[in-house]
Amino acid sequence: MNRSIALVDCNNFYVSCEQLFNPQLKNKPVIVLSNNDGCIVARSEEAKALGIKMGEPWFQIKTLARKYNIITCSSNYALYSDMSDRVMSILSQFSHSQEIYSIDECFLDFTGSCRNSLTTYAQKIYKCIQQQTGLPVCIGIGSSKTLAKLANHIAKKNPSFQNVCNFNAMKLQEQNKWLNRINTKNVWGVGKQLALKLQKTNIHTTLDLKNLYLRTINSQSSVYLRRIIYELNNIVCFELKKAAEPKKKIICSRSFSKRITDFKELEQSITLYVSHAAEKLRQQNSYAGSIHIYISTSLFNKKEPCYTNNIIIPLPEQTDNTLVLTQFASLGLRKIYCNGYKYQKAGILLSKIIPRKEYQPGLFNKKEKRKNSDNLMKILDQINTKMGKKILVVASEGITQPWKMKQNNKSPRYTTNWHDLIVANKFV
Amino acid sequence: MMTNTIKTHGGKRLGAGRKPGNSIAQPTTVIRVPISMAKIIKNAISTRTKDNPLQTHTKLSNLIQFACAKHHTTFPLYTSKVAAGFPSPADDHVEKRLNPSDYLVENDNATFFVRVKGDSMIEAGIFDNDVLVIDRSIPQQTGDIILAMLDGEFTVKILEQSKKGITLIPANQNYSSIKIKEEQSFEIWGVVTGSMRKFK
Repeated sequence: MNRSIALVDCNNFYVSCEQLFNPQLKNKPVIVLSNNDGCIVARSEEAKALGIKMGEPWFQIKTLARKYNIITCSSNYALYSDMSDRVMSILSQFSHSQEIYSIDECFLDFTGSCRNSLTTYAQKIYKCIQQQTGLPVCIGIGSSKTLAKLANHIAKKNPSFQNVCNFNAMKLQEQNKWLNRINTKNVWGVGKQLALKLQKTNIHTTLDLKNLYLRTINSQSSVYLRRIIYELNNIVCFELKKAAEPKKKIICSRSFSKRITDFKELEQSITLYVSHAAEKLRQQNSYAGSIHIYISTSLFNKKEPCYTNNIIIPLPEQTDNTLVLTQFASLGLRKIYCNGYKYQKAGILLSKIIPRKEYQPGLFNKKEKRKNSDNLMKILDQINTKMGKKILVVASEGITQPWKMKQNNKSPRYTTNWHDLIVANKFV
Repeated sequence: MMTNTIKTHGGKRLGAGRKPGNSIAQPTTVIRVPISMAKIIKNAISTRTKDNPLQTHTKLSNLIQFACAKHHTTFPLYTSKVAAGFPSPADDHVEKRLNPSDYLVENDNATFFVRVKGDSMIEAGIFDNDVLVIDRSIPQQTGDIILAMLDGEFTVKILEQSKKGITLIPANQNYSSIKIKEEQSFEIWGVVTGSMRKFK
């Protein structure tokens, strides 16, 4: 029996959140910028119509933005993640199995639920989310995750579908007609590079890719591509992941608000990123075995001298201790830091991550030391949860942090802070 | 030609390899079990010790029950410590403490809060600086107090829907009703279901 898998995706999620709480933004070109107001990460339909591309650096479109009165918002992750929680929680009521794929999309499994029309049911889901959260979504249904993604893509681009596209309710010919209109680069898992490669072998549309099915058995294609082809032919290769798996790598990197030349300031930023990452590491009950540090000057400014460097430090033993990680990070930074450059970005990456229970102590390690470290971190986290983020920090994070993220147009935290509630103040 | 002398090199050494399991004290076999059960069964075997060996007649259901009980122990919310023999007479009657959220919020996912500025709703008991509870999941009806977006701003009023159109009615005689015109941008945001105020 064919599976019925749905992908629910919020339309222009960040922008929709901003518009929901600020009526001034309705029906206007609005964009949301990434951390540090660097790149464009969300656009309203009106902004898309002006030709603004996803991921474009903000400074490149500044003049265009002024010309067309485009409203720019800094990203407000407190708001987005609360709205995301609401959407996901409502969606979980509609299916026995849910995989939250990202902040604004999730897969639902409807296989085996005997319903007359899944399309009607999906319409109901759409209405429910719209009513309760005020956020518009699109729903794509297919017999594999890849097909669900494509159906969602079609529902988004074609208003005639009224937000729901159900491949499983289509005749094969009709389904193929739609697949024939979609370039392979839009298929889930096929990137720009792979799409170009496929083009060289005369595979342009998704239908071409689907029809490769019969030839794949003895073809040279990779397992990965073969899976995608199977999925296009209604054979599930990617199952829904029920619980979020612990991360194998934890990354934390930001651009600075101003260029940094001073070692001390660079060290502050690195310490801050390490603390962030270590906190995440402890949340998923893991230890890291290696830390990677990198620094770089601006990639866009070609006039100034360029310098990028990075270093990987294997830790003598796995740890989740912020203090230990900071020590090694700053040691590594000292190795790669070069005086005289204007640094724009720094980042750290924790890897070789293992679950805490799989930790093997070294032969000469003292058991009490590990226990003390665990307790210290536990208390650190407890205090920061209870009294507010960043109550206890490592001193080398610095206090003023002049290099820290720029967020010039951040909206209030409407749903997570009593001082930031929406205000009803129209007197008439 | 081969001789019949006993080989002194190679082959199996006496006493080598893993010792037979002493906690089980029975011959063992390899079986396939559902992944979901593996942990439980393993647990069941490991929890049986020398003093409490695994009986051949132990039923699987008993075994699993035992293992599950061992696996996660739950502590009831209302357990009180009893130092002497007499149990707390309150133990059977403990209930959850009252929480204002439970009183005000029906549907958590669809509930938002809004702060009121102004006095246009004082006759409905809504005053300046009150925090209102908005439930978006409730369909609005005539007579409901609603939060609406009107011309790019939020407002709280009483809703009146009729064939003639929508009218927003204030709860203060000093203000007049607003008839929504077609060219106005208007959207009902949610129904007001409660209000909160702090005096101190």
